[in-house]
Amino acid sequence: MKRILLVASVLFGSLFVSACGDSRMHSHAVYMLVDTSGTYAQEMNKATRIINYLLASLNSGDSLAVAKVETRSFTEKDIIAKVTFDKRPSQATIQKRAFKTKVEAFAKDVHGSAFTDITGGLIQGAEYLNETKAGIKTIVIFSDMQEELGHGTVRDFPIKLDGIRIVALNVTKLGTDNADPRIYLDRLARWEERTRKAGATDWVMVNDLENNMEAILNTR
Amino acid sequence: MSDWHSWLFWPDSVALSVLALGTLAMLFLYAARTPMHGVIHSLCHLVTQSTRFFSRWLFLSAENLRLRNQSVLLTHGEEGAALIIEREFERVADVIRKDLHEFPALQRKLMEEVTRIEEDYRKSGEVPPPPPEWVGALESVSKLKSGGDIPRKLLEDISKSIQKIHDKTLVEYRRAYEERHKILKAAQPAWRSVDKLASEMEKKMLTLQGNAKQIDGHMKTYEGMRAKDSKTEHALNTSAFVQLAISGLVMVIAMGGAFINYKLIALPMSEMVGASDYITGNLKTSDVAALVIILMEASMGLFLLESLRITQLFPRIASMDDRMRHRLMLASLIFLIILAGIESSLALMRDMLITDKAALMRDLASVAPVVEDGWFTRIPMAGQMIMGFVLPFALAFVAIPLESTVHSLRTVIGVLLVQSMRGLAFVIRFVGVIFTRIAKVLELVYDIPIVIPIMIENWVKALRGGSSGKAQAGNGSKS
Repeated sequence: MKRILLVASVLFGSLFVSACGDSRMHSHAVYMLVDTSGTYAQEMNKATRIINYLLASLNSGDSLAVAKVETRSFTEKDIIAKVTFDKRPSQATIQKRAFKTKVEAFAKDVHGSAFTDITGGLIQGAEYLNETKAGIKTIVIFSDMQEELGHGTVRDFPIKLDGIRIVALNVTKLGTDNADPRIYLDRLARWEERTRKAGATDWVMVNDLENNMEAILNTR
Repeated sequence: MSDWHSWLFWPDSVALSVLALGTLAMLFLYAARTPMHGVIHSLCHLVTQSTRFFSRWLFLSAENLRLRNQSVLLTHGEEGAALIIEREFERVADVIRKDLHEFPALQRKLMEEVTRIEEDYRKSGEVPPPPPEWVGALESVSKLKSGGDIPRKLLEDISKSIQKIHDKTLVEYRRAYEERHKILKAAQPAWRSVDKLASEMEKKMLTLQGNAKQIDGHMKTYEGMRAKDSKTEHALNTSAFVQLAISGLVMVIAMGGAFINYKLIALPMSEMVGASDYITGNLKTSDVAALVIILMEASMGLFLLESLRITQLFPRIASMDDRMRHRLMLASLIFLIILAGIESSLALMRDMLITDKAALMRDLASVAPVVEDGWFTRIPMAGQMIMGFVLPFALAFVAIPLESTVHSLRTVIGVLLVQSMRGLAFVIRFVGVIFTRIAKVLELVYDIPIVIPIMIENWVKALRGGSSGKAQAGNGSKS
């Protein structure tokens, strides 16, 4: 009888310990890159809507960071706001309100950058997401995906995006794309190939923000 | 294509090759006929014997199980009946203790009333009028020899005095009657009291008589159980099925209540144990915690009913001394009240969390906040709190159907198992019988491809038989 009790307590204990260590595996971490270069700075109201959607959808234990795409984006300074929501739902609600306030303050005073370093933002995002140790990691890119690197900025090397979903949002067509759509399609294909080669688990593109916003967090 | 061609002796002439192959196969099968028949027969015999053995074993096991079930069922039934009889006796004892302990006083009162009535009756007896005093005077007058005024005067005097005495006697007589009437009138309440007492006694006696009849009925059932009567066993089996159905229904209703309870506290529990902790794959710690709270409430309810001796799932609790049992009952009740209080506060917290989240969603969607007007917007919150407090107590009563299910499930499973075993045994036996017949069928099926050699064999045998018959006949005629 004592032996049975011992075995049962060991089993229960191991189950409990494994359960405690398992909590991060169910959490979702999202890193959102917001392109502020050129005319894209005017799209900030759309970006705010997406951030609000993410705030409404993410739960306790999840993480969210919003960063701007600048001339050189591989820096923590470009992170506008980041948070890991508390385990308690009431505290998580307070954190979401604070996050919203920060983003709104940024949206009011956004400045367009000269260049667009998407790769740097992706590397920074991957670093942040890996630190969260979340089970599901997503990088959301709110950009036209046209990378323009400044003088001295080196980004032509293989990057690592292992286990990360990439969601490209609101990829608008440029004037040159309208003249020759192949440029637009090639640009997207290149990014998909690059991210997949970097180890990304998925590449999703969402242009219809009115009806397809669920696809951002939908991991199937 | 090339595969089956490799089997042909002469690939160019397929028909000839197939014929040759067929002939060879036929010859081989004919040669192997006797051993093959033996193999078929042995295999079928083996299957038949095995199935017969297995079927017999199943029948015996089913019978053993039935006997065991019967024993358990009757024992449980006896225990139940004994308990009922005990309760009936307790009721009778209660009636006797409560009502009939006043019986001596009642009897004394009755006797007093009867004595008083008797006395009154005696008092009210008719008093005869006093004998006339003038009879002697009349006799004296009648004895006088000479007439004259003297007798007349005497008679007149007598008449006067008689009249006087008569009036006096009449008054006295009427007064006596009046007094007797008064006595009888005073005796009327005593009569009524006696009547009331008698009817009370009769009522109590009728209750006792009813209890005695019930005890008689239970005793009859008990005797049937002791005698292992098949009718009683059947009644107990049916009762178990009915009990299981009813208690199952109640359990389903209780589960519905538990589910609502769970929904009420699962969300606020995440505020206490964290919303992002998981025990396994998709099992949240907060959900498990909510479930544990509900199960604890059910357990406390179980202990409460056990200590009240309403259920008897734990013999240890039933056999506790009254003081300990009382303490356990108090402890269970206190825990249950605490848990109900916790649940009520969790329900309040749930409402607050939902309201907060709804406000955040409105903020995020940039929708104007809803204006709260009137007390009726607080009704759902109050309802949740009341439900949170009441449901644990309602859930506590699940112990009664649970006990019923536990007791009846054993009988029902036992009966179903016996029936299944019997059914399986029958099927296996049937398969055995089929295999007995199938041996002959297989032998005949085996003989179909080698029908030509068999015909030749029969023909040769017939020829030999004919020639030997003729030879024997010839020998017979010579001799």
